[in-house]
Amino acid sequence: MTANMKKNTLSVDVSRRRFVIGSATAAAGFAVGISLPLGAIQADSTPDANEEINAWVVVNEDNTVIVRVARSEMGQGTLTGLVQLVAEELGCDWSKVSWEFPSPGQSLARKRPWGSFSTGGSRGIRDSHQYVREGGAVARELLIAAAAQTWNVPPAECTADNSLINHLPSGKSTTFGSVARLAATLEAPTEVTLKDPADWTIVGKPMPRLDTADKVTGALRYGADVKLPGMLHAAIHACPVHGGKRVGFDADVARSMSGVRHVLAVSDDAVAVVADSWWQAKQALAAVKIDWDTGENGKVDSDSITAILKKGLDANDAFVGNSRGETLNVLKDADTVVSSEYSYPFQNHAPMEPMNATVIWTEKSCEAWVPTQNGEAALETLADAAGLFRDNCEVHKLILGGGFGRRANHDFLVQAAQIAKQIPGTPIKLLWSREEDQLRGVYHPITRSRLTAKLNDEGLPEALHIRISGQSILHALRPPLGEPKIDEAVFQALAPEGDHAFIYGIEHFLADHAMRNTHLRPWFWRGVNINQNVFYVESFLDELAMKTGTDPLDYRRKLLRDSPEALAVLERAASNAGWGRTLPPGTGLGLALCKAFGSYVAACAEVSVVDGKLHMKKIWAATDPGYAVNPQQIAAQVSGSFVYGLSAALYAELTVKDGRVEQENFNSYPSMKIAQMPEVETDVMPSGGFWGGVGEPTIAVGAPAVLNAIYAATGVRIRDLPMKDQLSV
Amino acid sequence: MPKLSINGETVDVDVDPSTPLLWVLRDHLDMTGTKYGCGIAQCGACTIHVDGVATRCCVLPVSAATGKKITTIEGLSANGDHPVQRAWVELDTPQCGYCQPGMIMAAAALLSETPQPTDSDIDQRITNICRCGTFARVRQGIHRAAELATEVKA
Ligand code: FES
Ligand code: FES
Repeated sequence: MTANMKKNTLSVDVSRRRFVIGSATAAAGFAVGISLPLGAIQADSTPDANEEINAWVVVNEDNTVIVRVARSEMGQGTLTGLVQLVAEELGCDWSKVSWEFPSPGQSLARKRPWGSFSTGGSRGIRDSHQYVREGGAVARELLIAAAAQTWNVPPAECTADNSLINHLPSGKSTTFGSVARLAATLEAPTEVTLKDPADWTIVGKPMPRLDTADKVTGALRYGADVKLPGMLHAAIHACPVHGGKRVGFDADVARSMSGVRHVLAVSDDAVAVVADSWWQAKQALAAVKIDWDTGENGKVDSDSITAILKKGLDANDAFVGNSRGETLNVLKDADTVVSSEYSYPFQNHAPMEPMNATVIWTEKSCEAWVPTQNGEAALETLADAAGLFRDNCEVHKLILGGGFGRRANHDFLVQAAQIAKQIPGTPIKLLWSREEDQLRGVYHPITRSRLTAKLNDEGLPEALHIRISGQSILHALRPPLGEPKIDEAVFQALAPEGDHAFIYGIEHFLADHAMRNTHLRPWFWRGVNINQNVFYVESFLDELAMKTGTDPLDYRRKLLRDSPEALAVLERAASNAGWGRTLPPGTGLGLALCKAFGSYVAACAEVSVVDGKLHMKKIWAATDPGYAVNPQQIAAQVSGSFVYGLSAALYAELTVKDGRVEQENFNSYPSMKIAQMPEVETDVMPSGGFWGGVGEPTIAVGAPAVLNAIYAATGVRIRDLPMKDQLSV
Repeated sequence: MPKLSINGETVDVDVDPSTPLLWVLRDHLDMTGTKYGCGIAQCGACTIHVDGVATRCCVLPVSAATGKKITTIEGLSANGDHPVQRAWVELDTPQCGYCQPGMIMAAAALLSETPQPTDSDIDQRITNICRCGTFARVRQGIHRAAELATEVKA
């Protein structure tokens, strides 16, 4: 357990410092909290009466409570969920709670009391609920011990509830605030008991988000809004062909433009302009003539990539990620097999807030304000790029204007540090244009798949082979050695067991992957590899059901005999949608489901197609995340998942010409608007006993549910995304 | 030197007249509630009111804004209590929140012209992008704000 976290052994400037940036109160006093240079690292700002009970909990004299959250908030609501977990164990009054981000530097200095900062893979809560709750419980025990000591009674006779400590036998009661100072001096218990989920009053309840107020007034400062004294603005252009290099550049015109301070070479593949305002920097950047050497990559286009992926479908160098039975033999001996091919394109994350970072560098230290999904990794990256020891660097986290995986990659931070290093002592805010964000993205991997099945007498697949051909994210991170190239993460939702287990009972089943990488960098994209895998499987099963004249719900039921949780969400989505009801012509219902990130999710979509034009009417979603920390936020995540996932399925495709992405902004890379959004009805049905993620699983079921509904409505099977190429959307 | 009327105050700014108003607000006046999302009038993150009309100011040269009444998210209400803002808080509409100032300004402009908008009014007039996908609560929020606005008047 985490109670070995040391209390009060660290220097006062770290433990008592108010984290003004990134806290709930940040907006109002934003500029005030920064005293450069490196104020945030070394200065011990105003000592105050607030007592840190342990790393997780600060109790203020006025009885308000601050809970510290290490994971990033990018809209998914993890911040509120994690505070709920701490507050529940603490026994505090929810209306008195606020939050703050500890910094990665503080974390290191204190030997990581908050655990991982990494925020991705829908792990914000499911990976940390235990130690987060323990953090709250330890603080509760300390407050109780302090009150008991004051009253001279056994702590076991006291309880904490609603920000009060109560001594039951005597009826005495005191506030958290009045015992906080004493509590902060006591030795933390090494063991604590967590509440029984049946007794939860804050967890599992639809608590309002803690970060809403400043988001509706414009007061919240995102990374793009950071302003420091003397700060200059940077715009950057990196080689639009990934892997290409800068040969030279002519900046004579740019240097003469108003507001321009510097035109700089950055790394070996970019040029930046630093100016008084970002607009000036961007205008001047457009006037810089840059020579690129795009090499072999400059010859690649979408057709050549498709050709490579198609070959992978028949290649022998595939890595087997899941195999049971004798799939290939059964298929080889079959009189007839059914087979279909599908494809999934490159997609960009395109969070609304473009990439940015603000960095100040000196020979001795470096500090950065970064919207990041992983504060600790950002600190490593910064120190590296700054050429300084980690202890002399600091990262300040901010609330993210969207992440979706993109902000777990810190390429933009490296650039910002490299620029700042060339202008020592001056804070530099680097902001990417939307075009830069599109061209220099790290993308959803491109893949194709062929599914081949032999059906038994019942029309069910006796053998199923899924061959995937395409990119590997892990390969881009760290190329694996040997042959065949192995990336087990490719098999999300197809895995033999675990959080991404394949849910269908098929006797002979084989999933394998022929790794085919391209020069465009693949990366974690909300949902990661379930997006294509679930699209492939759920489309194909629907094809098999239709081919055998079976109702797609019945068909899946027969394959889910050993997956009761999966069957339960499927049944719920279908029954909420009124599966089986008579529909008008041109209208259809479609199903899809999966197990992903530890949760079970299903969707039933109703669409109509009139004169070739798609109208998505409604989606009924069912989600079983095991424990549901905040049902309202889960509903928001599920609803939002359909917008993100269906935006991708409807419109999102990056095509490549001469090595570069062709879609440079939202005019050619559209995103769903309110008019296209189907109504979404979400049924959160937590069965308890496990902790599944909620930010991502639903992403994967939207597209196949809609595609299956389109088939039901029209008899047209779409096997290549995005849909826009085949249907008016 | 353009003179601007922003949120009821007159301000002088020393910028090239072709500078989009968005960057004058953000970089010169440090009014960062108005966001940059695309720079080509596609996303609506930069929506403000110019003489009461929802306007994407990433493509509005500052010279075209002089002499007009400009309202930004910071000036929409004195205490963050415009009916749209109240409805947004009530429903917890924002997710990441980055698109929301623009979304709120677009919604407020719609309501000032059409106090009881239908769903189809909303479909036609709210064309902002939200990558987090808050549309269900945006729609609900607009209807709720319409109710709140009549309660205020009553
Ligand atoms: S930034 Fe103006 S519309 Fe996107
Ligand atoms: S709330 Fe995140 S983009 Fe709209």
